[in-house]
Amino acid sequence: MGTTLLWLSLIVLIPLSTLFFRTAALTFDQFIAIISSRRALHAFELSFGLSFAAALANLVFGSIVVWALVRYRFPGRRLLDAIVDIPFALPTAVAGIVLTTLYAESGWIGGLLAPLGIRVAFTPLGIFVALVFIGLPFVVRTVQPVLEDLDGELEEAAASLGAGRWMTVRRVVLPSIVPALLTGFTLALARAVGEYGSVIFIAGNLPNYSEIAPLLIVIRLQEFRYADATAIALVMLVISLLFLFLINALQRWTELHTGKSQ
Amino acid sequence: MSALPVAELMQESALPDALNESVAARAAIHAQVLRRADARADPPWVKWLVIALAAGFLGLFIGLPLICVFIQAFAKGAAAYIAALADPDTLSAIRLTLIVAAISVIANSVFGVIGAWAIAKFEFRGKHLLITLIELPFSISPVIAGLVFVLLFGLQGYLGPWLVAHGIKVIFALPGLALVTIFVTFPFVVRELIPLMRQQGTEEEEAALSLGASGLGTFFRVTLPNVKWALLYGILLCNARAMGEFGAVSVVSGHVRGDTNTIPLHVEALYDGYQFAAAFAVASLLALLALVTLIFKVVLEGRLEQE
Amino acid sequence: MKISVIDATKRFGDFAALDQVNLEVRSGELLALLGPSGSGKTTLLRIVAGLDWPDEGQVQFDGKDALSRTTGQRHVGFVFQHYALFRHMTVFENVAFGLRAKPRPERPSEPEIRRRVEKLLDLVQLGWLAQRYPAQLSGGQRQRIALARALAIEPRVLLLDEPFGSLDAKVRKELRRWLRNLHNEIHVTSIFVTHDQEEALEVADRVVVMDKGRIEQTGTPQQVYDQPRTSFVHEFIGESIVLPVVVLNNQVQFAGRPIGVVPHGMRNCVATLYARPFDVTVLPASPNDNLQGVIKRIHGIGPARRLEIALGGEPVQTIVEVDASRTQHWEIGQAVTLRPEQYRLYPDRL
Repeated sequence: MGTTLLWLSLIVLIPLSTLFFRTAALTFDQFIAIISSRRALHAFELSFGLSFAAALANLVFGSIVVWALVRYRFPGRRLLDAIVDIPFALPTAVAGIVLTTLYAESGWIGGLLAPLGIRVAFTPLGIFVALVFIGLPFVVRTVQPVLEDLDGELEEAAASLGAGRWMTVRRVVLPSIVPALLTGFTLALARAVGEYGSVIFIAGNLPNYSEIAPLLIVIRLQEFRYADATAIALVMLVISLLFLFLINALQRWTELHTGKSQ
Repeated sequence: MSALPVAELMQESALPDALNESVAARAAIHAQVLRRADARADPPWVKWLVIALAAGFLGLFIGLPLICVFIQAFAKGAAAYIAALADPDTLSAIRLTLIVAAISVIANSVFGVIGAWAIAKFEFRGKHLLITLIELPFSISPVIAGLVFVLLFGLQGYLGPWLVAHGIKVIFALPGLALVTIFVTFPFVVRELIPLMRQQGTEEEEAALSLGASGLGTFFRVTLPNVKWALLYGILLCNARAMGEFGAVSVVSGHVRGDTNTIPLHVEALYDGYQFAAAFAVASLLALLALVTLIFKVVLEGRLEQE
Repeated sequence: MKISVIDATKRFGDFAALDQVNLEVRSGELLALLGPSGSGKTTLLRIVAGLDWPDEGQVQFDGKDALSRTTGQRHVGFVFQHYALFRHMTVFENVAFGLRAKPRPERPSEPEIRRRVEKLLDLVQLGWLAQRYPAQLSGGQRQRIALARALAIEPRVLLLDEPFGSLDAKVRKELRRWLRNLHNEIHVTSIFVTHDQEEALEVADRVVVMDKGRIEQTGTPQQVYDQPRTSFVHEFIGESIVLPVVVLNNQVQFAGRPIGVVPHGMRNCVATLYARPFDVTVLPASPNDNLQGVIKRIHGIGPARRLEIALGGEPVQTIVEVDASRTQHWEIGQAVTLRPEQYRLYPDRL
């Protein structure tokens, strides 16, 4: 017991607390000035805004994917199931460089989109693509077990009562998986906000345009402007902690509301 | 005495009127019956549309990039591929990565097992807080993880002056890389073990103790073997993340080629230096690692389910 | 509404869940499908409901083909063994579901829906639970809500799949009686599946006994109990004494010796004799009588003493339990004679 607590404090708590202490060295006005600078604000907006959009996109596509994987049998299903885990297992730097190569104007996908006037690499759209890439497994893997465990009799009951297929899905199946969808969404969102490696290659990293918050922290560090870095990091950390508690609360709510049938 | 006549098996066999139908009509009904879907099936057009969308999305978005890694790696031919891998800077990057990963895996396994054991088998105040803290490295940005270690051990950090005075280099050197990697991979082993240990309860350990085994003996001969597959799974994930970590090590590394670059950092260095084929060649190693990890994951998941 | 099942067959690989099943359900009756697990009774019920389809055969509602219609189109009310209540909806919303699911032209107005739901909840005596969620209800209450929900769509037939299977014994008995009364009130053609013979005999107008995908017998509870047509029915319903016998030259022999039982014209064969424990007279042994045994155990706290008697000797003893007079004195080890008063002989199927 004592050893675990000691280890934990050494490895997790102490480093994190330096963040708070370092920021506490700033006056409140200095703190506000740093985090409300134009560059910082834009970085926050970009990071959180695109993460939210990417998590939404993952919600939609993740739902389609998980429905296909759980509800249907078709050749290649196992392969598709394995592919879902790739963004999770692939190191972020590898994802970063390959996505950049693909979506650059000279790349296979970027080359197809360029004539349409769509530029992906080195724009916020590129960041969006990278964030969708890394967030997908979260939605799918969170919803998958819930959908698999869904009691088939519920749908049979709805059908026997005269409900059409769409009504059954909308009013019986969907409500049962909403908690899992929310949890998956939040997990994808939390991951996307802090993402670094997959994004910095494709982003272009132009300040006030395509610069994500984590990158701004790194730049400030390199400039030895520790105070700035910690202030921005603190804001991100607090929001991450909020996500963490939100996820835990959602998971407990999920267990309360659905539980296992019989 | 009375006995009833011989009993024979009889079925309700009133001939229904409907049997007057022609053979063709009955066959038609039969065929219709066979084509029926049950109450849980979606209309066929929905099914194929969803499958097409799912396969298209996954193939294009995820499958394609993976394939692209390997294609780009061999863009300049097999000879260039091997040359990129045999390059001294690459080799030292590999060596560094292996060392860092080994340290992280060993450290996190040992304390992960102990931590999971304490959490799963005992009740104490602050347990929930502990569990939340354990999950913390998962949910914070790797950059922030690197940042806090710089704040601690960097030149301007809290321990900076002390370290300089004693000639110890943490940041921009191996210890820093190892520490930060331990931090970000901390939860992997623990969270695989906790649910399993909790589920297994304390009965077997109590039985062993009552039979005279020592505490430590019980731990090694009863507790550990029971969780071996979950432990292996956790180590696997821990290792994969440790070798592939980028953001956190990027912050604490000095980015010195051949010295403080792990494989992911080396990939970045090559890419930034416009040596694309070489970058992808080295990256393909990591991609292979990912694939191997996934294969083992599938195998181990099967073993875990059996338990 | 009348239901006809004609030559229904359903296979799962090599296993025949239903084998050429024919059944007529009369309008307004309460019919029980009774049998052990694997007998096909649930499969048959689900086929009538439209939740499963037969590989061969027909199903007709009032003479019209039902198989070409989906379960929703057949207008059946199905009550599941584990209720299948919609967890995220209140009791009210559950019961109203079928009404709200109707296509717009047929859908009643909201006030009308409310009226009907309240009436149904009153029918099952659970109006006070309307705003609760299924998780807050007891098992018996959930089952009644499931029934109310099925009744809301005014089904032509009510189908219940082991409706009381997951409830404890006392609740089961109460609900059994309650269901019977409900049926007397509303007279909807109803079919329910059970493996509990007491339940089937107590509740149903007619009982269909099934085994291994086939119907063994159809009849009133009285008929299947008093006049079981096959050995399976005899053994499944009520208690039975089972004796392996041989019919030879108009004599019935057990363990090689005639036992004074008349086979009434049955041809020579290997057969089994079935009797109820209370249809066998037990007397102290006398040398001429033919079915001899030794008392092994005495118990029973009912109107009769229950005697466990070992018959025959070599190589295997047959143990039977019979009811004997309380007023007489019995001892373990005592030699006795058994005389079946009422019995049935079923030739063994080869």
